[in-house]
Amino acid sequence: MHAPDGFIDGPTSLAMGAVAAAGLAVCVRGARAELDERAAPRAGLAAAFVFAAQMINFPVAGGTSGHLLGGTLAAILVGPYTGALCVAVVLIVQALLFADGGLTALGTNITTMALITTLVGYPLFRQLLRVLPRTRGGAAVGAFIAALVSVPCSALAFVAVYAVGGTAPIPIGTFLTAMGAVHVLIGIGEGVITALTVSAVLAVRPDLVYGVRDRLPVPELRIRPAPAPGHGEG
Amino acid sequence: MGAAHTRGLYRPGSGPVYALPAHVKIVAVVAFVFAVVATPATAFPAFALHAGLILIAVRAARLPAGFVLRRLTVELPFVAFALALPFFAAGERIVVYGLTLSEPGLVAAWNILAKGTLGVAAAVVLAATTRPYALLEGLQRLRVPSIMVQIATFMLRYADLLTDDLRRMRIARESRAFTARHLGHARIVAAGAGSLFIRGYERGERVHLAMLSRGYTGTLPDTGTVPATRRDWLFAAALPLLGALIAAGALLGAA
Repeated sequence: MHAPDGFIDGPTSLAMGAVAAAGLAVCVRGARAELDERAAPRAGLAAAFVFAAQMINFPVAGGTSGHLLGGTLAAILVGPYTGALCVAVVLIVQALLFADGGLTALGTNITTMALITTLVGYPLFRQLLRVLPRTRGGAAVGAFIAALVSVPCSALAFVAVYAVGGTAPIPIGTFLTAMGAVHVLIGIGEGVITALTVSAVLAVRPDLVYGVRDRLPVPELRIRPAPAPGHGEG
Repeated sequence: MGAAHTRGLYRPGSGPVYALPAHVKIVAVVAFVFAVVATPATAFPAFALHAGLILIAVRAARLPAGFVLRRLTVELPFVAFALALPFFAAGERIVVYGLTLSEPGLVAAWNILAKGTLGVAAAVVLAATTRPYALLEGLQRLRVPSIMVQIATFMLRYADLLTDDLRRMRIARESRAFTARHLGHARIVAAGAGSLFIRGYERGERVHLAMLSRGYTGTLPDTGTVPATRRDWLFAAALPLLGALIAAGALLGAA
């Protein structure tokens, strides 16, 4: 959904640029609270992870495939503000270094794919954790639903931008239905991958999952007796 | 794909376009693409002039035409969308070669194709003539918050390592005769993604500690970005200024 140049008219693109800049300014402030000031390397690795994870393709339907947007996943793993910054950075790098996604559309792309996905996905995930069981499975279900919902919401936001500044005369109803349908399917893939990834991280390093820090009991360190000697020595 | 990632589209070379400071080029290209987007779709000669400007920029940057053309394929998904527009869009129908097409749809398809192509071409000139890290330093000069530039720098530095990790995991899976075929196989792939995150994050922790022990205080040292001279700005401004003139001419002509 990396919109190219010319899809959205000039004034709307400028306005979306301002919206994205304002949103990112909020995220920069918020990220200071989530990370300590000097932890940029860790956030950078999280961005590299989003970049790499976007290459994981999953089949959607009829031979087409979708890839991870990663907004909700990043928000759950490293915190909503840092997560949104990571996805935004990925989009900026893709536009500047790879000419992928229009430069004038960058504001629109950042708003829909980095800001909206985390704005919808993360609070929803936190609310779901309140009602779901405080287990790894519960967190995975929450992550699935949050990621699943975030993708069509991102598509809806794009349709809204399009309704204001779109250049093609497609009836908005048709566009909405088509985008909605496709993105519910993509959202299912996104939800499955997000849930399984969160679950896999929770199994090994639950302390790394920002979104469940205060919700899941931290497993205690267990000391097991050493196996009896006699094997493979000498 | 491997190492090609972090180099982006950069193509080593020299010349006046390469010599320009990154932030000057970013401003010029973004302003030019806005001028292109502001041009009314039906002002066909204006797009020829815009394309002429891009050609001059490609020549000045001494980029091979084939290189630029190959990169234009990045917008192929939207070409498919644009080609579908004349069939689905609303508005008056006209008959072209026996096909009933929507006239506004045709105009919109042309609009997206022309502007999208010019936008990608301009971005390719920028990315091909500027080192990736210089682009990020250019962003810093343009007052992009330091935390974002740092995230981008580390991301670029480690993206190859992580994608290589991902590739090794895929090879490991495939050498055990496993290929992900449907969504039910997602658990296996996601377990890889999970361990990729943990490996990446733990690597980030180690890098962070190593940097702290070498005196990192939260800002990256300036590795010698070149300040822009008045001449640089004037030279780079030619592209967006001419683009804006073309757009203004087309707007006046259309009015």
